[in-house]
Amino acid sequence: MDGQSQIIIERVNHTYRPPRGRPVLALSDVSLDVRPREFLALLGPSGCGKSTLLYLVGGFLPTETGRIVVKGKPVTAPGPDRGIVFQHFALFPWKSVRANILYGLERQRMPRAERERRAQAFIDLVGLSGFEDSYPSQLSGGMKQRTAIARTLAFDPDILLMDEPFGALDAQTRALMQTELLNIWKRTPKTVIFVTHDVQEAVYLAERVAVMSARPGRIKAIIETKFDDRDPGLTRSKEFVEKVDELWNLVREEAIKAQSIKAQENQEKKPSS
Amino acid sequence: MRATLSYLPLVLLAVAWEAIARLNLVDSSALPPLSKVGLAWVDLIRGGELVNNGAASLYRGSVGLLLAVLGGGGLGLCMARWRLLDVFVNPLVELFYPLPKSALIPVTVLWLGFGDGSKILLIFLGCMIPVTIGAYNGARGSDHALVWSARSMGANRLRMMWDVVVPSALPELLNGIRTALALAFILLVSSELIVSQQGFGYLIGYLGSTGSYEGMYAVVLTVAFLGFAADRIYQLFIQWLLRWRD
Repeated sequence: MDGQSQIIIERVNHTYRPPRGRPVLALSDVSLDVRPREFLALLGPSGCGKSTLLYLVGGFLPTETGRIVVKGKPVTAPGPDRGIVFQHFALFPWKSVRANILYGLERQRMPRAERERRAQAFIDLVGLSGFEDSYPSQLSGGMKQRTAIARTLAFDPDILLMDEPFGALDAQTRALMQTELLNIWKRTPKTVIFVTHDVQEAVYLAERVAVMSARPGRIKAIIETKFDDRDPGLTRSKEFVEKVDELWNLVREEAIKAQSIKAQENQEKKPSS
Repeated sequence: MRATLSYLPLVLLAVAWEAIARLNLVDSSALPPLSKVGLAWVDLIRGGELVNNGAASLYRGSVGLLLAVLGGGGLGLCMARWRLLDVFVNPLVELFYPLPKSALIPVTVLWLGFGDGSKILLIFLGCMIPVTIGAYNGARGSDHALVWSARSMGANRLRMMWDVVVPSALPELLNGIRTALALAFILLVSSELIVSQQGFGYLIGYLGSTGSYEGMYAVVLTVAFLGFAADRIYQLFIQWLLRWRD
């Protein structure tokens, strides 16, 4: 299978139709291939449709034009081969940490003893031992996201879709979580699509970065960001700083465009209200 | 200490009641002393009137309320998920919402007669509205990301509905049921007062019309206490059920 693409995104458009107001073209003619066990970052300004693209791969939104193929099959619905981690964690607030992690395993009809063992293994992996019976409301942001990652890893999807997973965390927690994610990824290699608007995060985590344009989102460039060793000291190395610069130059223009789009929209909204 | 203190106004009210009646500040047939009301209550319990009529009322109230919770809860959840149903039923709910449900008392009697059926139907119809609205609003507010998470972990639509939409709707649904609980008491007693041969409302009306005002007050206080206790117990139940919140 190596060398072949695990996810094929081909000429995908997506129009967002708000209940009131004009339809908005969110994605325009997006094509992208993702290789098995690759860590790919989708980088772009806010509102560029990068999360929309992720939701399309997840099967949460219907593909209207173009096609998305995962492991040889067109995407029609969500499925446990594609796990997702959201920015705001999306934990079931009425379930304890353990029950959250068990949920996917229960849906996969795993035998009880095995799923208990597996849930505990992932609780330990993300360092939440001792908090098994806590409810999400009793946890810090970082712990919530650890729970969410453990929940998704536990049912062992081939593909991990991450929607700005560290966007709601403070800077220190964020840095720790990035390193942890890389460690986990090295141990259990999965295909990862990681959505972010943080250039440094994209370069640090991903092997390839797909830069998206301001709305309507297009793939503007795909940049290799492979480094021999990804220890935390990497971020101070010359080659890393140069990569960040190169990508920042690509993104900056789009970020400025995105701001003016937003300003224009706010202007349009005002007279009608 | 604070909990004990919060009952102080009740004690003061009781003392004031007794004093006003004893000092004949008010005609003693309009306001018999509380102690006499207490004695009348004991008589009503001994004679079995209070228990028999109470059982009839509680049966009607709980069956009506249970049907309203099941019907209204189900309807509200389905309306939130299926737009077509929403479009059809929402105007009916809005139309029915401001109607004083007691206006339906003669209608339900016309349909189902003087017995249990008409009271149960009335309570069902009246209590269904707040439950439906609670379930509807709660389910509409359920987080997209939770729905998607459950789906991606292998839950089918029905499973997701039960595992995500229902618990998401629970806080508002439970509040709707609390409103319905209070409404059930109102509808129960007023319908029994008007057309019935049994129940708390009937007993209040009967004792009032035969001049046994001590007994009448005893039944009124019993209903008030039951309403209060039901609400308190229900609130404890909610607290336990929603213990996962902060």
